[in-house]
Amino acid sequence: MNLPALLDCVSSSSCVVTQVSTGLIIGMLLFLVASGLTLIFGVLGVINFTHGSFYMLGAYFSLTAYRVTGSYFDAVIAGALGVAVFGVVFERLFISPVYNSNVLMQLLVCYAFILILDDVVKIVWGTDFQTMGMPATFALPPIHLFGGFVPPFYVFLTGLTVAAAFSLSVLVNKTRFGKLVRAAAVNRQMLSCLGVNTSLLYAAVFGLGSLLAGAAGALAAPVRSMSPEMGFSILIESFIVTVIGGMGSIIGAFFAAVLVGIIRAFGSIGYPLFTDGLMFAFMALVLLVKPTGLFGRKLA
Amino acid sequence: MALSGCLVVIALALTLDNPQFADFVLRLSIFGLYALSLNLLVGYAGLVSFGHAMFFGFGAYAFGLLMQTGLVSIPLAFVVSIAGAAVLAVSVGALCIRLKDIYFGILTLAFQMLLHAVILSWVSLTGGDQGLQGGIPRPPFLGVDLGNPKQFFVLACVFFFGLVLLVRQMVESPFGYSLRMVRDNPERALALGLSVQRYKLAAFVISGTIAANAGVLMSLYVSGAYPNFAYWTLSGDGILMIMLGGMTVFLGPIAGAGIFLMLNGIITRTTEYSGLVMGIVLLCVVLGLRRGVLDFVFERCGPWAVRRLSREG
Repeated sequence: MNLPALLDCVSSSSCVVTQVSTGLIIGMLLFLVASGLTLIFGVLGVINFTHGSFYMLGAYFSLTAYRVTGSYFDAVIAGALGVAVFGVVFERLFISPVYNSNVLMQLLVCYAFILILDDVVKIVWGTDFQTMGMPATFALPPIHLFGGFVPPFYVFLTGLTVAAAFSLSVLVNKTRFGKLVRAAAVNRQMLSCLGVNTSLLYAAVFGLGSLLAGAAGALAAPVRSMSPEMGFSILIESFIVTVIGGMGSIIGAFFAAVLVGIIRAFGSIGYPLFTDGLMFAFMALVLLVKPTGLFGRKLA
Repeated sequence: MALSGCLVVIALALTLDNPQFADFVLRLSIFGLYALSLNLLVGYAGLVSFGHAMFFGFGAYAFGLLMQTGLVSIPLAFVVSIAGAAVLAVSVGALCIRLKDIYFGILTLAFQMLLHAVILSWVSLTGGDQGLQGGIPRPPFLGVDLGNPKQFFVLACVFFFGLVLLVRQMVESPFGYSLRMVRDNPERALALGLSVQRYKLAAFVISGTIAANAGVLMSLYVSGAYPNFAYWTLSGDGILMIMLGGMTVFLGPIAGAGIFLMLNGIITRTTEYSGLVMGIVLLCVVLGLRRGVLDFVFERCGPWAVRRLSREG
C-alpha cells in the first residue's frame, strides 16, 4: 500500500489527467470485451469463457494484417471480422451442442478452447512479446488537456468505443433485429414457433459478441504488448465488469467498465499488489447487495 | 475392499520403492481428496463452486505458517488449521448460499480471489508471490517421523483412505440423501421440513474443511505453500477432475484426479504444446462422452456393476 504516492498523484492535475485517460482506455477495451460477453449471456444464456481468447486473436489478426497491408484501419477490420467469423464457426460447431447441458459442460468446452487457442497463438506467432507500435496516422504530438498530456490515439479509441456502445444500444433497442434478439432472450421456443430461424439468430448474436472482442483486440494492439497469455487477464476483468454491471446489461457493462478502469489506474499507484483484490471485493459487495448487478435487467 | 485396496497400494509402493510411483500416489491422494470434497458440493448438493481452491490454499498456508513458528506440533497445527478453515467456510458459505446458480459460483470465485490477493500483497507474512519460504519443519510426534519418506507415505495413504471412507459414510447417510433432495427439489425438501439453507451451508463447510485437509497434506508434502494454491486455476482444475472422472459415481472425482495427473504428466513430458493436446482431449471427453469417464463406464456396464461398486465403494 502506498498512500502518499496516491495522494501526490491526486493533488497533481497532470497525474490525474494521465491516470484518468489510462483508466478510460482500460475501461473502453474492457467494455468492448464485456459487452460481447454480456450480450451472449443475455441472449444465449452461455458464459463464453473463451471471450478473452477472442480478444487475443483480434490483436494478433490485426497485427498480421497491419504488417501485410500497412494500414491500421484494415488491421482493425481484419481483427474484428476475422474474430467474428471464427466466433460463428465456434458457436455452430462447439457451443451449440452444449446449450442444453449444464453450465459445467459449457465451461469445460470454453476452457478447452482457452488452452487450445493459447497454444495455437504460440505456434503461429511465437511465445515472445510482440508490439505493433503506434500507426503513422496517430503518431501525432499529444493533446494538451487540463495540464496533462493525452495521446491522440486515446481520444480516437474512446470516441470509437462510445460510438460502438451507442450503436449497440440502438441496434438492440430500436431495430427489428434487436427486437428478435430480445425476444430470443425471453423465449427461444416461442420465437422459433413463430417462424424465426433462432439458430441463425444465435449464431449472429455470438458473431456480434465475437466481433466486439476482436475489435477490442485490434484497438488494443497499438497500446498493449501482445503475448499468448493476454486473453486470461482480460477475461477475468471483463467478467468482473459484466457481473458488476449486471449480466445481460450493456449500459451496465459500460458504467462498470469505466469504473473498473479508473479503479485499476489509480489502484496501480496506491495499491499495486491489491488492485485485483479491490476489484473482487467490489464485485463481492455488489453481488451480496444486488445479485443481478447494478443495472441487472435483461438486455436493457 | 477399500481397506484391502489401501494395503495393496501401500505394499506395492513400499516394495517397488519407486520414487516416481510414490510421488504419483501422494499427489493422487492430495488431489483426489480435493476433487472428492468439491464433488460433495457440486455433485451431491448441486452447488457449483468456482472458488474451491480458497480452502485448499487456506489450509496449506495456515498449516505452513503455524509450523514455521516452531511452537506447535504437527497434530496441533493440523487441528488449528482445519478449525480455521471451518470458520472461514462458515462465514463465506453463509454469504454465498444466499445466491443461486451461476451467481453462487461467481461469489465463491470472488472470495477466493480476495484470499489470493491477500496472500500476494501481505508479503511480510506470506512471502507474497514467492510463497512460503524456508520449508516447513516436520518434528516427530507420537513416534511418527514424517521426515522419513516411507513413514510419510504410509501416513498420507492412511489419512487419505480414512477421509474417503468418512465422506462415503456421509453421502450414504440420511444427511447425504437429504443433500440430494435439496439439490433436485428444494421445494419438496422445504415442505418436508428440511432447512434447505442449513443443509447447503453444512455441505459447504464440510466440503471446504476436507479441501483444507488436502491443502495441509500438500504443504507438508512440498514443504511450502504457494499463491497458486489459492488461484482460480486450481478451482478450475478441481472442476476438470470431477468432470473427467464423473460426478454421479462416488469414486469418480478420484478417478478424475488420477486421469488428470496422468494426462498432465504424459503431455508435459512428450510435447511442448501441452495446452493444445489437453484441450483436444477435454473436447473429446466433453463432446464425445458427454459425461465423466466413470459415469460412462458404469452406464455401459449396466446397473449390476453400479450396484456392486457403489455398495463396496
